Amino acid sequence: MEITIAKIILAAVTTRKGQDRVSGIPVFYAETDEEMIKMATILSRILEAVAHDMENGVYIIVKH
Amino acid sequence: MQKDILTIICGVVMGTLSRYWMMRRDFRQYPSYPHATVTHLALGFVAATLGAVAIPAIAAKEYTAVTFLTLAATQFRDVRNMEREMLTALDQSKLVSRGADFIEGIARTFEARNYLVVFVSLTTSLFTFIFSPLLGILAGVFALLLVRRFMRGYLIRDVAKVRAAKVHFKGPNLFVEDIHIMNLGLPEIKKIYEERGRGVILEPLDDNGREILANVGQRQAIAHDAAMLLGIHRDVDTAEFTPLVRRKADTGRVGMVIVPIEPDIECLVAAVNNVPVLESAFVSPLQSRIGRIAAD
Repeated sequence: MEITIAKIILAAVTTRKGQDRVSGIPVFYAETDEEMIKMATILSRILEAVAHDMENGVYIIVKH
Repeated sequence: MQKDILTIICGVVMGTLSRYWMMRRDFRQYPSYPHATVTHLALGFVAATLGAVAIPAIAAKEYTAVTFLTLAATQFRDVRNMEREMLTALDQSKLVSRGADFIEGIARTFEARNYLVVFVSLTTSLFTFIFSPLLGILAGVFALLLVRRFMRGYLIRDVAKVRAAKVHFKGPNLFVEDIHIMNLGLPEIKKIYEERGRGVILEPLDDNGREILANVGQRQAIAHDAAMLLGIHRDVDTAEFTPLVRRKADTGRVGMVIVPIEPDIECLVAAVNNVPVLESAFVSPLQSRIGRIAAD
């Protein structure tokens, strides 16, 4: 058992539509910050994971 | 013959009783009642019998009978394996797991206590055989007290000072005083942490304490015991509320944040104080010359 966060990014949620090229993980695009937070909450509940704020308009959902 | 029987009975009874006394069925509820308790009492009985027959066997010049004691070693190693496997399997279904180190410590204790039972019953039967049953029982009680005195491990309060500390956010980052715990994105989660989160800081008393608290298994044990005693505000789908114990590398101080069901901070501090120092985490660099010189 480890107490560190165990480190798989399951998805990302972002408002930065069209600004970045992404590959490798599912990315969900939101129109507003509120929508992004709501999507991140729902995803984290469904995936039993934790939403982390990258502080640049990107939330990542990480499995622990 | 009469004497042999009396010796064996005294040894077996004292040994089995000592196994019962050594069981700590406190808040941990482990070994669980009634079946696991029965299992361990039965194993204690076997251990006591092995210890008790040794002296009459030697007296009867049956020296090979003593090889029975090697059986005991095999038997009790199985006890350790059994406990380890079961606890590891059950750890999966806990909201805050014990961790491998804690489980190993528990399994080792279960094994060792059977050897201690052999020691108690051997002492009892030796004194019964040479002197009298009364002296034998007294010697057994003395042996048991000796065992209890010397098998007591350390608690966290012996190696660190535990105190309440403020939980706060800097942006999405959660801190206990100056110790960074984790990044949390969701406002809903942050609100719960701000309202109900409780933090403690563990300040190691010396360099030994610092190295003990550095052990990840030890920190998991602290989180487990705290969560078990105060309840944990989480379910399987809210991984955010897993209690985390993090170390400030500069100072060796350790911070824990937890969202308990019961918000009493004094109880949280007391719970952390009473966590056992795991055998596998126990190190004492200060016992070496290098450690002492490096310490200043």
